[in-house]
Amino acid sequence: MNYFSEAIAWILDPANASGPSGVWARCWEHLWYTLLAVVLACVIAIPLGYLVGHTRRGRGLVVVSSGAARALPTLGVVTLVGLVLGIGLVAPMVALVLLAVPSVLAGAYAGIEAIDRRTVDAARAMGMSEWEVLTRVEIPLGLPLLLGGVRSATLQVIATATLAAYVGAGGLGRFLFLGLKTQDYPQMLASALLVVAIALLMEGVFEISERAAARRLHTA
Amino acid sequence: MKIRIAAALAAGVLALSACSSSNPLGSASAQPSGSTSAAGGGTLVVGSQQYYSNEIIAELYAQALEAKGFTIDRQYQIGQREVYLPELQAGTIDVFPEYAGNLLQYLDKDSTAKTGEEVIAALPAALGDTLRPLTAAAATDQDSYNVTNEFATTNGLTSIADLAKLNRTVKVCANSELEKRPYGPPGLKSTYGLDVEVIPVEDSGGPLTVKALKDGKCDTADIYSADPSIVANDLTTLTDPQSLILPQNVVPIVSTKVDDAAAAVIDKVSAALSTEELVALNALSVDKQQSSAQIAKDWLTAKGLLS
Repeated sequence: MNYFSEAIAWILDPANASGPSGVWARCWEHLWYTLLAVVLACVIAIPLGYLVGHTRRGRGLVVVSSGAARALPTLGVVTLVGLVLGIGLVAPMVALVLLAVPSVLAGAYAGIEAIDRRTVDAARAMGMSEWEVLTRVEIPLGLPLLLGGVRSATLQVIATATLAAYVGAGGLGRFLFLGLKTQDYPQMLASALLVVAIALLMEGVFEISERAAARRLHTA
Repeated sequence: MKIRIAAALAAGVLALSACSSSNPLGSASAQPSGSTSAAGGGTLVVGSQQYYSNEIIAELYAQALEAKGFTIDRQYQIGQREVYLPELQAGTIDVFPEYAGNLLQYLDKDSTAKTGEEVIAALPAALGDTLRPLTAAAATDQDSYNVTNEFATTNGLTSIADLAKLNRTVKVCANSELEKRPYGPPGLKSTYGLDVEVIPVEDSGGPLTVKALKDGKCDTADIYSADPSIVANDLTTLTDPQSLILPQNVVPIVSTKVDDAAAAVIDKVSAALSTEELVALNALSVDKQQSSAQIAKDWLTAKGLLS
């Protein structure tokens, strides 16, 4: 428990708090990397997931390829992309997006697949166009599962975004690596605790928005 | 089911506690020390750091000793100094390749030794009675600041002091711990008057660091001086006229179990080991993916140290 109290003291130490390499700045960078990676993953995965879910085609291909993407070791991707594109944010961002896409993709197509076929058929029978079926029926009904996918992607990215510091970018990984290499274990633990805190914070945000989505479904 | 889980857990706990109480290096300490009276008898434990180049050097010692009839127990890849040095001091490891400057700095934080000779001279007292350094090799493997040849020519750089010509904050690609090292930003400021920003690239001067330097993401990069990539990538190592970076001559640290006969064998290896030779040995590992055993055997044979 000694490390634990030292880590808390490290976080609360005003000397570590401010400045461009302070706790606040690094937390903000970490959150920003996470949001950027998840948004990019959503831009790629949601349209693709909806296409697969709506047309019910290509599911096997998507499942296999996103499963393969999940199995990629992120540090390896960071290093490989870094060797091609150089250090900075691009390499870890590619790796984080690759990490986030499978969960979002699964959430998107599973959300639509899980809808009762009779509901979709009824919508078509009412004379809705395919576009209307997608936007008015499938997307709203699939929203809870999609949010679940985005939620798990976000959690994975928050934990893994520490690798950005491996190739010269910022984020909470900076404290983690510095602590590891200088045997400053309280600092390592402190950065891990901050990552946990950010993860819990985002969990809270998702919990609230998932409930809101569920309520809208009920009242709609 | 519950009972089986509980039993499995109990077995696991037992196995764990067995692990923690038995020292993996303990076998050697069970032997009476000083049992090696002459060549041809006794077991010596040779250890190495978790660093491929250090393991190659350890293997050189091991095979040279074996050729003279010593029995060798290899304990390689033992983490960092914090982990293996206590084992050496406890007598569970007998021979270990070390780097003079960093070892002295670890043992004696207030040491004022600067040059290679001063460091070597200060080592015996710092090591205490149970350990002693043998003759250091000419080979060094230390942090060094490197620039691309092109950058050096354009800006007229040959020494670290010349970086002041850039007239701006110097960006250094290095592991993040450079921030805290005496030869990092604080030392560069006080010794050479340089303002330095560390761009952390955590592969210990590996390919990502070299790539960042070549891309111009930083002005200079911290790479180990025996790394074959310095030559392979047309880099210039900046000289260090003020001896900011402690010289890291390869020096074998041995226990009292290593007698004069064994010491003479190791000394012959050290005498043949120059920095160029070390770089060449490292290159065989990095470029040709050869094992340390193979590299050591070929080199020792070529030097006539196995006969």
